[in-house]
Amino acid sequence: MSKLIYLVPLFPLIGFLVNGLGRKALSRSIVSIVGVGSVLASFVVSLLIFLEVKSPGFTPQVITFFDFIKTGKLQIPFAFQVDQLSSLFLLIITGVGTLIHLYSTAYMDEETAPDFARYFAYLNLFIFSMLLLVLGANYVIMFIGWEGVGLCSYLLIGFWFKNDAYNDAAKKAFVMNRIGDLGFLLAVFWMIARFGSTNFADVFAQAPGASAAVLTGITLLLFVGATGKSAQIPLFTWLPDAMAGPTPVSALIHAATMVTAGIYMIARSNVLYNLAPITQNIVAVIGLATALFAATIALKQNDIKKVLAYSTVSQLGYMFLGLGVGAYTGAIFHVMTHAFFKALLFLGAGSVIHAMHHEQDIRNMGGLKKYMPVTHITFLLACLAIAGIPPFSGFFSKDEILTAALLKSPVYYVFGVIGALMTAFYMFRLYALTFQGKFRGTHEQEHHLHESPKAMTIPLIVLAILSVAGGLIGIPEVLMKDAHRLQSFLAPVFAESQPGGETVSHLSHSTELILMFGVVAIILIVIVLAWRKFSNYTKTTETSTGFSSILENKWYVDEVYDAIISKPLRSFSKFLNNVVERLAIDGLVNGVGKAVQYGSRQLRLIQSGQVGSYILIMVVATVLFFIIQLFWKS
Amino acid sequence: MPVNYYIFLSVALFCIGIAGVLTRRNAIVIFMCIELMLNAVNILLVAFSKMHHLAGLAADAGSRAGSEGQMFVFFIMVVAAAEVTVGLAIIVMMYRNIHSVDINFLNRLKH
Repeated sequence: MSKLIYLVPLFPLIGFLVNGLGRKALSRSIVSIVGVGSVLASFVVSLLIFLEVKSPGFTPQVITFFDFIKTGKLQIPFAFQVDQLSSLFLLIITGVGTLIHLYSTAYMDEETAPDFARYFAYLNLFIFSMLLLVLGANYVIMFIGWEGVGLCSYLLIGFWFKNDAYNDAAKKAFVMNRIGDLGFLLAVFWMIARFGSTNFADVFAQAPGASAAVLTGITLLLFVGATGKSAQIPLFTWLPDAMAGPTPVSALIHAATMVTAGIYMIARSNVLYNLAPITQNIVAVIGLATALFAATIALKQNDIKKVLAYSTVSQLGYMFLGLGVGAYTGAIFHVMTHAFFKALLFLGAGSVIHAMHHEQDIRNMGGLKKYMPVTHITFLLACLAIAGIPPFSGFFSKDEILTAALLKSPVYYVFGVIGALMTAFYMFRLYALTFQGKFRGTHEQEHHLHESPKAMTIPLIVLAILSVAGGLIGIPEVLMKDAHRLQSFLAPVFAESQPGGETVSHLSHSTELILMFGVVAIILIVIVLAWRKFSNYTKTTETSTGFSSILENKWYVDEVYDAIISKPLRSFSKFLNNVVERLAIDGLVNGVGKAVQYGSRQLRLIQSGQVGSYILIMVVATVLFFIIQLFWKS
Repeated sequence: MPVNYYIFLSVALFCIGIAGVLTRRNAIVIFMCIELMLNAVNILLVAFSKMHHLAGLAADAGSRAGSEGQMFVFFIMVVAAAEVTVGLAIIVMMYRNIHSVDINFLNRLKH
């Protein structure tokens, strides 16, 4: 079955080509069938592959198709890696992808047919690139996918390209990603220089022989790539702006899949990271800082998608915290559960926005539970999941990361818990403002409120089931013996990084239980507080002051970046343009031209038409040559 | 007679020719000066050829070395004769057109 792995990315590629090339000719229904069908087909193949990987006796395989680059000693094959980690990601990508494609058929129905086809072409291209990223058996193939998803993200953020602000957001995302990609690329070059290969197997086999400095450098550069793609400090500001794209895109690319590419890459490189403890600490600190920082911003945002965007940044921070403290399984677990509940939250938000006719300000919503029962229930379940209430999925994954953080350092744990409390607060603020209380929009909007069509609610329901039950594959040791199925499933991938097998067992069970349920109790209190505070919210016109206005303005990060990076860069470019380009380069080029013109004008005067003067010059020149000849050599 | 004398004569004739070409404006005089220069070269050729011949004879009694120079002189005289006919024809045509043989009038190509 794993020989058929090429089918998994092939279907979306075909879907992309059909929809992209035939976008003017195909009808909406054909576009939908091709778009959804291609991803569904690769989901089915992924499922079969997953079942094979899961069966006992499976060994990880590298399937080589052809030589991608072959020069001298360097050989980069076009190969796919089939193992537990990649098969799990295949399931997440194609599974969530299928649901979001289905949802999009209804959400995008206001678009014209060619735009509709263009949308699905981009979306299929994205799935193709993401699958390439996950399947690649070396860093170069991974990088192809890595760049591909960046491109698709750019194309989809700027999908409504007639709006300048959206275009700016797309460009911002692309530029920030490029900064990260540079780090990734340098790491790959370094690997080629040091190990002579980019294959995962070769690099990991040679890694223990490399010096700590080299490993730290490579892992840090890879992490720079991850901060760009996965929106961590200092490259996170593109993700909230990326909400300019259609909401299903935000759900698929900017919440469930693409932004987890950095986590996948680090988890894949776990052998390298384990040998570079300095980098691990940096990853953990950056992850934690991002988790807290983004959570504080999310507390005061009023755009429904912006809250979710900062929440995504914050949750990605948790995943990096997990990676940094060595809880690779926990991080991957959180990727999975986050893919479920964050996709659900975004799709729920999309459903709300659809019903509200593109109103995104939660201050103008409220009381929607009456009008949209399915969206309301699924959104509530997702909020409970992300807040970490047992037995919803977020509880298990977040708990695993926090426990691992506690083992590393209590400081990590305390800040992690503070972040989790803020998560609960802003999620239930969002929920209460949107669904509870009275409707605060215009009468016209109220009149049009409706539950979304089936194509939108079915993905919501499926994702809600996954968000609720998805955590059950990773029940911690302390609650049920040997119930952490994900850990045993992924164990072969992370075997070298976790020599002891069990990392959790250092903590006594009673302590762990007390901490676990203590945190849950505090989170519940926070939820009740948020619920009560914002259920009866009424619109006020007064502007916030002091600290809350700083939060509302996102800590002025964009402004600071503008002041310390963009502005100096722009004035430097202006200097280059005005001085170097205009004066030096143009001066040089024009000067040569002018000199030739002037010189020829002077020389022309010699050509007087007087035959006598020509002969005189000739004679003088001849005599001169004779004299030179006579005296030169002697 | 040493060859030097011939060389001095030839150089003198050549310089007179050049000076004439440079200073005079009458086309016919210029023409004559050109002939003077040609013939200065002829003298030189003959003189060196004779010198060469004598050197050849000193080495080998039956040598005919150096006769090529004298042959060349005849060629040059033939070519010069042809050149004279063409040149004089041009001067005649020039006189017919502008009623002058002053070469300073012949700068029309400049414009």
